Amino acid sequence: MSVLAPIAALGRLVLSGLAMLGRIAIFAGETLSHLVRPPFYPKEFLAALMQIGWFSLPVVGMTALFTGGALALQIYAGGARFSAEAVVPSIVAIGMVRELGPVLGGLMVAARVASSIAAEIGTMKVTEQIDALTTLSTNPMKYLTVPRVLAATLAVPVLVAVGDSIGIFGGYLVGVNRLGFNPATYLKNTREFLEVWDIVSGLWKGAAFGFIVALMGCYYGMNSGRGAQGVGRATKAAVVAASVLILATNYILTEVFFSA
Amino acid sequence: MIELRDVHKAFGKNRVLRGVNLTVPSGESMVIIGGSGTGKSVLLKCILGLVHPDSGAILLDGEDVETAARDAFLARFGMLFQGGALFDSLPVWQNVAFRLLRGSLKRPKDEAREVAIEKLRRVGLKPDVADLFPAELSGGMQKRVGLARAIAADPEVIFFDEPTTGLDPIMAGVINELIREIVTEMGATAMTITHDMTSVRAIADRVAMLHDGVIQWTGPIAEMDTTPDPYVQQFTHGRAEGPIAAVR
Repeated sequence: MSVLAPIAALGRLVLSGLAMLGRIAIFAGETLSHLVRPPFYPKEFLAALMQIGWFSLPVVGMTALFTGGALALQIYAGGARFSAEAVVPSIVAIGMVRELGPVLGGLMVAARVASSIAAEIGTMKVTEQIDALTTLSTNPMKYLTVPRVLAATLAVPVLVAVGDSIGIFGGYLVGVNRLGFNPATYLKNTREFLEVWDIVSGLWKGAAFGFIVALMGCYYGMNSGRGAQGVGRATKAAVVAASVLILATNYILTEVFFSA
Repeated sequence: MIELRDVHKAFGKNRVLRGVNLTVPSGESMVIIGGSGTGKSVLLKCILGLVHPDSGAILLDGEDVETAARDAFLARFGMLFQGGALFDSLPVWQNVAFRLLRGSLKRPKDEAREVAIEKLRRVGLKPDVADLFPAELSGGMQKRVGLARAIAADPEVIFFDEPTTGLDPIMAGVINELIREIVTEMGATAMTITHDMTSVRAIADRVAMLHDGVIQWTGPIAEMDTTPDPYVQQFTHGRAEGPIAAVR
């Protein structure tokens, strides 16, 4: 084996990664271009909005509730080391709306929605339903991708807002019932330390994560391999790619929004 | 009239079509036969623009399909897919009337539903099937719904991809008869790909044999059994010995 073989293998890996990024960027560009050009499919958009937004509420709400509670316990335990237990309400609120609400909400939606979109569109591809759409003069990008991407981009910020509220409520329940905080003081501290930009930045993150989740689901579904194995791979790849991209995008947006 | 001139298509190193030349006159029913994996479906998909040929020309009434206005071009076609390709999320009538509910052929919902029920009746299905979902239908019924969808907008050209695959002999016979009747009464140009010889005899005006990426033989159905072409003879009689390798 040549000594250059490992370098060549690494090069191939980098090139295929870059090619994949390029294909996803082209797919995103195509989606955005179809977003502003008719025909539009409002029924498909409303169905996607229901599926992505409404039906994700329980999972996002439960995640936020337990995360808010755990966060309160952790901050209380950490704060006790330097007599700063009083910061629990404000840090729970800021932590939820800036980071945990959008990121955990995005990841839960990625698990639930990216997988279901990839599986649905992948199955449509292997059963020739995508080809059938084309022969029926309907552009699959417009009919399948655009409604889902638009719905997720609009629905996830709302889910994040609801998740933020439930998360803060979880912290409140633990703070008042378990840690002995005065209810009125807890709420006052939450309100006083929370700024509008904290909330708005989290909502922008939610919109970006929603776009990523639906885009990855659609991309991997449309490029699914043959048979059950192909659809399975597409589903797995969609969830992994959406999750990694959410975490990477979260770091970038945090730098943009909050770096000094 | 559909004309294919020296059409080539490869997927990586696999050269599926290696210079296909074929003419399908208007109003005729052409059946393309050939073994599995010989590129029959790719050929149909090239004509529809679902797959783009690497070289060569495909003309519909003299117009190159690659440069034709997409929507107007596709509005002239109907296609029955091998597995039906019905949309799981839509009830049967919306599958059939899909084209009539959106795009340039859009009609009021009630009217589209009436057309769908009429087309369902034409393929031998009762109106109460209209509100079922595809998953609630048998394979034969799904094929009929697919056929109803293919003819819903009265297309000039209809493609049938393995129309009888997976059906019992009686249901296959029913589908073959329906295809023959519909093509005749609509005066449509039909292209069918199949390796079911019963279908070939029931549907075809002309037959073309695709093998090794080229049309090995083409002629009227009446000449299929008498042609000395060794490829056609081996295929139509299902012999293991002959120019077509049994192991591919």
